[in-house]
Amino acid sequence: MPYISNTDAERHEMLSRIGVGSFDELIKAIPETLRLKEPLKLPKPMSELEITRLIQGKTCRNVCVQNTNSFLGAGVYDHFIPAAVDSIVSRPEFFTAYTPYQAEVSQGTLQFIYEYQTMICELTGMGIANASMYDGASAIAEAILMAVRKNRLMKAILPATLHPEYVKVIKIYTEGIGVELLTAPAKNGIMDVEALAMMMDDSIGSVVIQSPNFFGNLEPMHALEKIIHAQPKALFIAACDPIALAILKSPGELGADIVVGEGQALGNSMYMGGPLFGFFATKLDMARLMPGRIVGGTLDAEGKRAYALTLQAREQHIRRDKATSNICSNQSLCTLAATVYLALIGREGLKEVATQSAQKAHYLATELAKCPGCRLAYPDTPFFKEFVLQTPIPAAKIIDSMLPRGIFPGVDMSRFGHENQLMIAVTEKKSKAEIDELIGAMKEVCHV
Amino acid sequence: MSETIFELSSPGRRGCTLPNREIDTPLSSIFPSEMMREKDARLPEVSELDVMRHYIALSHKNHFIEKGLYPLGSCTMKYNPKVHETLVRHSCFNNLHPYQPEITLQGSLELLYELQDDLAEISGMAGVTLQPVAGAQGEFAGLKIIAAYHKAKGNHHKTKIIIPDSAHGTNPATCSLVGFDVVELKSNAEGRCDIDRLREIVDENTAGFMLTNPNTLGLFEAQIEEISKLIHGVDGLIYMDGANLNALMGIVKPGKIGFDVLHFNLHKTFATPHGGGGPGCGPVGVVEKLLPYLPVPMIAKNENGYFFDYGHQATSIGKVHTFYGNFAVMLRAFFYIKMLGAEGLRKVSENAVINANYLMKLIEADYHVTYNEYCMHEFVADSSWQKKEYGVNTLDIAKRLLDKGFHAPTIYFPLIVPEAMMIEPTETESKQSIDAFAAAMIEIAQEIRENPELLHEAPLTTPVRRVDDVRAVKVLDPIFKIET
Repeated sequence: MPYISNTDAERHEMLSRIGVGSFDELIKAIPETLRLKEPLKLPKPMSELEITRLIQGKTCRNVCVQNTNSFLGAGVYDHFIPAAVDSIVSRPEFFTAYTPYQAEVSQGTLQFIYEYQTMICELTGMGIANASMYDGASAIAEAILMAVRKNRLMKAILPATLHPEYVKVIKIYTEGIGVELLTAPAKNGIMDVEALAMMMDDSIGSVVIQSPNFFGNLEPMHALEKIIHAQPKALFIAACDPIALAILKSPGELGADIVVGEGQALGNSMYMGGPLFGFFATKLDMARLMPGRIVGGTLDAEGKRAYALTLQAREQHIRRDKATSNICSNQSLCTLAATVYLALIGREGLKEVATQSAQKAHYLATELAKCPGCRLAYPDTPFFKEFVLQTPIPAAKIIDSMLPRGIFPGVDMSRFGHENQLMIAVTEKKSKAEIDELIGAMKEVCHV
Repeated sequence: MSETIFELSSPGRRGCTLPNREIDTPLSSIFPSEMMREKDARLPEVSELDVMRHYIALSHKNHFIEKGLYPLGSCTMKYNPKVHETLVRHSCFNNLHPYQPEITLQGSLELLYELQDDLAEISGMAGVTLQPVAGAQGEFAGLKIIAAYHKAKGNHHKTKIIIPDSAHGTNPATCSLVGFDVVELKSNAEGRCDIDRLREIVDENTAGFMLTNPNTLGLFEAQIEEISKLIHGVDGLIYMDGANLNALMGIVKPGKIGFDVLHFNLHKTFATPHGGGGPGCGPVGVVEKLLPYLPVPMIAKNENGYFFDYGHQATSIGKVHTFYGNFAVMLRAFFYIKMLGAEGLRKVSENAVINANYLMKLIEADYHVTYNEYCMHEFVADSSWQKKEYGVNTLDIAKRLLDKGFHAPTIYFPLIVPEAMMIEPTETESKQSIDAFAAAMIEIAQEIRENPELLHEAPLTTPVRRVDDVRAVKVLDPIFKIET
């Protein structure tokens, strides 16, 4: 039997040391009537070789992005991952360790989290970051709840330019506490600044701005910040792409109070959308209101530098129903990948990743806008690495006709209520030849 | 002292190469200047070798399963099979995008469909969602389902959830997040739910009852039938925190003995590496009448194949994850269940229970075991008498265990046992390794009698000596101060 060490003889020996004649005596506290009479209805156990063959068979029925010319994005991105990332992440010393409850034998985990927190603060321009949330969506939701803890105001504004899947998650997280979510309208694929100004009053607790937003466009952060902070109590929650932060102004510089986002793009594979990880940073003076785990530097008994989990008095295992959040496990291994990725890519490398992604995306956008019947949905709005293309025929048709050629041209926006639109993402991984292949294919497909 | 990665940085050093620029439009023609960053983020500038050495050096400061026993009660730190890692890293798993056309995801969707079914069979539930990404998020989804059920029935008065005082901290925290009031139920002298007290607090306003079974003291909540009568009698629902499910597989089906909602901790029960604190996965199973409230999408099948099913959108609680949860963790659980089968899963539970009872027997002469009966897969020892007699507390014992090459048990939990050590050897440990751990515990008991001072000094041999947690709070230092 795999993964169980004890032999039958050893089991007998152990049972007799315990002082029972059979296993059943050990579970006599379970009433006979509750116990299963039949074995579970599951297939016969498989050997390692058999499961390997089975999985080979199943994976054949997937088409993976690696063997395709893919322009899919909308929240999960195919950025390059250096080989050394997995080499470190898969080390059992990190991989099979647990939450660092015993600091003296967990310094490896604690220190990388401390380094991760530092990197996130550098990128976002904030003073403190936590050790991660489940994903970008839950991070925004927790940010709204944190704003409620800060100012006790129960209204939050979400922009119409926020990822629709995020909105669903935010709704479920905030409704129990009684937060009222308001939607601020969009204009030309970004927030309508004047409309937001009209919505603001002293009952608004927080405003979420995603930039680049769901459509890939960059929001006018300066103008939005002024409007939000015209209300002294309202908090500005910025959700952003960490890659973009290498070249674009940090939300901290732009006056954000809480900065969150999806971290998958930093060294983590797409895995059909999970695991992802949310990053979460804020100003130092709001540390105690923050959800999630935090690592802090300290000293050991000999005065040597050491690390430990800190500010735990906010957490569920101490505060129970009064805790800042119910989060217990986080996405530690994903943040290890992000830490190693950011170390390897480095200061110049991340700028290069961001620059090439933007350059290639803009080249593609310019060329696709020339295809018959195509135009950019938001031609006058700056975007980062993703944009929406208005197409002459339903996007689903384009996607279907490109499937046999091994091209995923983008996300069909009709699933979000936008007909004849494709959302197209480009990363530094796309070669010019691949981009040109899509341009060529679009010209053929749209020429009807 | 270990340097941070930032201190290894040297301007101009590179850790990896990127493609040459094939398109070189100036950024100034792409972005308005006021959007551009003026000052770089001060990320490290290091070589690949610098990175490898640094993180390998850090890794050596960790305890992990392959190094030694990890008896963290309720965390179920069992061995994680290596074949899982080879299989999960297949490029046709890790290079999938959630918005690919469903016809290009048939292999994955089929696996998930089967996993839903297998978990339903193991738990005795009518249906299972795989979407929640952690146990606590499973609790959240489960309580949302309870709230949705009552809302649909017009039970607006049902505002309270009853939780035993021995419960995990996430249970009450989740209740608050969902908007319920928490009513605490004291445990009785036997470490189980006090039914008489329960009878007093159950009323028309009771929305549900949250029970960990086996509970955090390692005891099976044997009065579940009576609890079920009480709670269901007022149209309340019973939630099972399935953190300890590795004691029940093939022995009891929670869905058949009175529980209405249950979350799994795939990472515990079905052996995913814990990764220093995650990612995990917290699927939720429900009985028939709660199926309409499960999060969307479900994985379903029709004549065209497998698909993401949003069919019950109108009644669903909604969505708890951006896409469809922690797919990579689900895969590992799938592999695990397929390799063990019915017989193997039952064996897992049996061995978890035998190992725990065996260990309890070996150390009970030296440590006070709180409840004097057979345990399930874990038990709680209380070192209050050592504290009283020798001034050595549970924290000291935990630190001394680190010196002896073992991780410490979960300490000071459950909260109802003052100097608690919650010990779970798990089923993957052999008799020999349990003997060795017991020997270390007995040695420590001896040391406490002979040289209690040594215990206050511990640990002596770990990468750092005892860490000052209080300082970490008082002098908050959450980021490295980078000099430019």
